[in-house]
Amino acid sequence: MADVVVIDSGGANIASLLFAMQRLGARAEVSVDPARIRAASHVLLPGVGAAHDTMERLNGNGLAAIIPTLTQPLLGICLGMQLLFSSSAEAAGGSTETPGLGIVPGRVERLRASPDQPVPHMGWNQCERLHQDPLFDGITPAAYFYFVHSYAAPVSGATLATCDYGGRFTAAVRYNNFRGVQFHPERSAGAGARLLANFIALTE
Amino acid sequence: MQFRDHRVVGEILELSERYRDEGADELVFYDITASPQGRSVDRSWISRVAAVLDIPFCVAGGIRSVADAEAILNAGAEKISVNSPALADPALIDRLAARFGSQCVVVGIDSQSTAEGYRVYQFTGDPDRSRDSGRDTLLWAREVQERGAGEIVLNCMASDGVRRGYDIEQLLAVRAGCTVPLVASGGAGAPEHFAALFERRAADAALAASVFHSGQIAIPDLKQYLRDRNIEVRL
Repeated sequence: MADVVVIDSGGANIASLLFAMQRLGARAEVSVDPARIRAASHVLLPGVGAAHDTMERLNGNGLAAIIPTLTQPLLGICLGMQLLFSSSAEAAGGSTETPGLGIVPGRVERLRASPDQPVPHMGWNQCERLHQDPLFDGITPAAYFYFVHSYAAPVSGATLATCDYGGRFTAAVRYNNFRGVQFHPERSAGAGARLLANFIALTE
Repeated sequence: MQFRDHRVVGEILELSERYRDEGADELVFYDITASPQGRSVDRSWISRVAAVLDIPFCVAGGIRSVADAEAILNAGAEKISVNSPALADPALIDRLAARFGSQCVVVGIDSQSTAEGYRVYQFTGDPDRSRDSGRDTLLWAREVQERGAGEIVLNCMASDGVRRGYDIEQLLAVRAGCTVPLVASGGAGAPEHFAALFERRAADAALAASVFHSGQIAIPDLKQYLRDRNIEVRL
């Protein structure tokens, strides 16, 4: 059985993620202990809030150096996915960029608002799959996922799926054992539950 | 869904599950007694709702501080919505957005068309205390965005409960000054009202309560109706 650890990144969606794991019958615990995280079969990196606050926390507790060395499947969610990238334009006042974990190349940029595309982007959207991945096994391409974000990652060779909101951005990404999704699978009804079940079933 | 303290948690959970299964995209829980009487409420129901819901939900009512909001978000809600406390202390919006990010922070605006234009009302949960807050709706909508609100729910009071349709003119006026999502509230009485709202691009989402509670409109039927009119919905 999967032994899931949720990295305590200080965000507010940790409870909903734990409840989602509970609904799947999976054991999950929250931790910032490097030894506990290394011992997990699967690691979730959630995040809600600002990139600089969360990176400051991960730098402060040493996890920013540990996370890129993990070898088990890891899934970044929302801000947790954005932090997998090299950097983010979401930065503290006085600076223009927040360095990320540097696992996936690319810079996260702010979404541009327009009359038909208010920011934050909040709502249910479909994704276009670019590459096959077991993360999406059994999920119809017509499935909707729930998004809430103001920043988005560029589309690159690591992109598994894109979403269109005034331009295409990375909705799901994979780089070796590191995966990430911009949407919230823990709040994406049946499709999201299936994606999380697929993740904790990964054995590579 | 609106409820008072005496409504038992079992009913809240039952309704939550019903709407989840019917395909609601998001639920908003209004504790309408919390603000006017200035008291704190038992929030243990939130984590029980969070355990059964696999769709986003927002909690509104009586949130006066970062600590109030934190307790709700840590219990598993996605968003918190502030209304009267933000009118009394607008900097509350700044503090909430700085701590949790704009995407968590919804500002509810109860608005009424008057001789002086669209005006913001406060303490609307209690008919005896409901009154003009002294603010212009369009200016307040702009201000809350500048302070960090990530979503505005505009409740058009004259339409609320009468089921004659959303106040599209007022929503269009507010939306013209919005760069964040605008949710329409008040007036839904028939599927046509939802279609008119989206066809005229008067809001980014529609909120309704009584027509769903009463069973007058079934969510799956409404969504199919909208999709048949080429309005994109999750089915």
